[in-house]
Amino acid sequence: MEAMSPLERVLRGIALTLVVVFFMFPIVWILLMSFQTNETILRIPPSVVFTPTLDNYAALITGKLQTAAGTLDIAFMRNLGNSVFLSVVSVAVALLLGVPAAYAFARHKFKGSEDIAFTLLSFRFAPPLLVLLPLTQYFQWLGLSNTYFGLIWVYQLICLPLILWIVRGYFEDISADVEYAYRIAGHSWFATFRKIALPLAGPGIAAAGLLAFIFAWNNFVFALVLASADKQPVTVGALAFVTASGIQYGQIAAAIVLSITPTLALALYAQRYLVEGLSLGAVKG
Amino acid sequence: MTTLQLKNIVKRYKSQTVLDDLSLDVADGERLVLFGPSGAGKTVLLRLVAGVIDPDEGRVLIGGEDMTEVDAEHRGVGMAFQNFALFPHMNAFDNIASALTARRSSKEAIAAGVGKVAKLLKIDHVLSHHPKALSNGQKQRTALARALVGSPPLLLLDDPLRNVDAKLRFEMRLELPRLLAAQGATVIYVTQDYKEAMALGDRIAVMFEGRLRQIGTPADIYNTPAEIEIARLFGDPTINLLDVVPQRGPDGVFVEVSGVRLRLPGFGAEIVGKSCVLGIRPESIAFTEASTPGAIPVKVEAETPLNEKTVTLTLTARGREILVSRPAGTPGPVAGPAHLSVNNRATLLFDKESGRLMRPSEIASKRNGEAA
Repeated sequence: MEAMSPLERVLRGIALTLVVVFFMFPIVWILLMSFQTNETILRIPPSVVFTPTLDNYAALITGKLQTAAGTLDIAFMRNLGNSVFLSVVSVAVALLLGVPAAYAFARHKFKGSEDIAFTLLSFRFAPPLLVLLPLTQYFQWLGLSNTYFGLIWVYQLICLPLILWIVRGYFEDISADVEYAYRIAGHSWFATFRKIALPLAGPGIAAAGLLAFIFAWNNFVFALVLASADKQPVTVGALAFVTASGIQYGQIAAAIVLSITPTLALALYAQRYLVEGLSLGAVKG
Repeated sequence: MTTLQLKNIVKRYKSQTVLDDLSLDVADGERLVLFGPSGAGKTVLLRLVAGVIDPDEGRVLIGGEDMTEVDAEHRGVGMAFQNFALFPHMNAFDNIASALTARRSSKEAIAAGVGKVAKLLKIDHVLSHHPKALSNGQKQRTALARALVGSPPLLLLDDPLRNVDAKLRFEMRLELPRLLAAQGATVIYVTQDYKEAMALGDRIAVMFEGRLRQIGTPADIYNTPAEIEIARLFGDPTINLLDVVPQRGPDGVFVEVSGVRLRLPGFGAEIVGKSCVLGIRPESIAFTEASTPGAIPVKVEAETPLNEKTVTLTLTARGREILVSRPAGTPGPVAGPAHLSVNNRATLLFDKESGRLMRPSEIASKRNGEAA
């Protein structure tokens, strides 16, 4: 980088700080709220000075919600478990199906391949509400409503197109000659896929998987309609904090902190791949 | 026995015909150079032989067996790519070994095989490096080693010297024939460089627009190019091409260049009055005295000294450019008027309309005798 004048450096610092504060403030505020009681949260004017308490986290982990009206049972930890299970399995299934499909779309131009690929992508265009009503009916007929299997199936609408299209771009970026060279050296097409295409597209597959995981984790509406309490993920489970005796802000904040932790940790860990992966996909025409 | 036979190969992409009814036989142990400008279909042809592209029509026979429907991994050919196509996530050793691992050879056999070919190509000290840590020359040698290591009976080399610098190209041009001879394999070598083609080929197949235009020994192609285009591509400096119309004279057919009559020995009356192109190699022209009979008056425009020869650009009275080449160190005019004499035994006459070489029967047979 070129040398900057001191003034430039200061202005740059201020600008960066502003941006960071703007985007980080909600997260910081939620973090602070999660250590407060409802009373301190609702103080006017609000203050950052308070005696921290772990009650909110304790309530979530034990599943006993203390409200003015008495003790309520909540299934937050179970919701969290559901979220992890649903997201992990959905992404795993989507990778298993999507990566070979992406390879096929990238390498073998067959009749109608573009149409099929585009149809799969179009699942991402349609608002979920559009398919929700018929889907609910089908699922009831098929006996799939309120099953993990059914939810994971529906989650493929979210994960599969994402993985397919990002990974396809990666496979297309691999020079065909490199794969030809491996074939000519005497290896089958499957060995070529496994030993050449997969490792070379690795960062892209990781990025697509991560992104799909985040989308699956954040999904609300499918889980709301298609699952009942014991199968619901955290996004839906958080509704339980709106109780008859008021909204439990402290517990909601704690729940949010707990529920964003896995995705945040994953995203921080794989940040490099994520940015690289997405921008590579973007540059590819 | 023929190692490779291509029979009436046709390959189309969309509506474009890339290979048009192409047939070719390559004999056992022969080095055939596939020469042509870019877009001629050379690379497509090579990939078709390797089996990574399927022809739309025609058959590919390798070692007498019909391999048209056989997958690339079962054809047993070796191939080096123009862009090297090394596996970026494997080191040089694994890159080269990839041709052996598919055969389930033992670890020791693989190490020995790779070591031997690496030593031959002088890359044994960089075997642990990944491709991005290799210089261009080393990459090219690694790619070559990968093609050679399995001792395939048929070796396909797709312009392997294209992406290396001039010095290395020159070195490899000297080294390759020895290397390929040691392998004893049949080689198809693709290039756009006529010097490489002349240096490496037992035979040269000249290709334009998806068709084979001429196949012959390097001397054949140079001395009797079948078409104007071929004459233009072989030779540096480029052959001089002059539009002429043959006329009948008292002692045979002649053409006029700058008012001077140039006899065309061996040609008969059938070409008189026809639009033709006269091809004269720059080295078949020499500077001479004005008093020499048949000397063509010209004006010297520019002189370009190259290492081993000096090329002079001259203009005739009518403004036609003629290049003259002479060995470096021999005297010649630098500027002003001069005279040229043409060795009329070494001239080539092409039909202007079709671009094809016109050969008088007795001359053609005599030349072929000399070349053989």
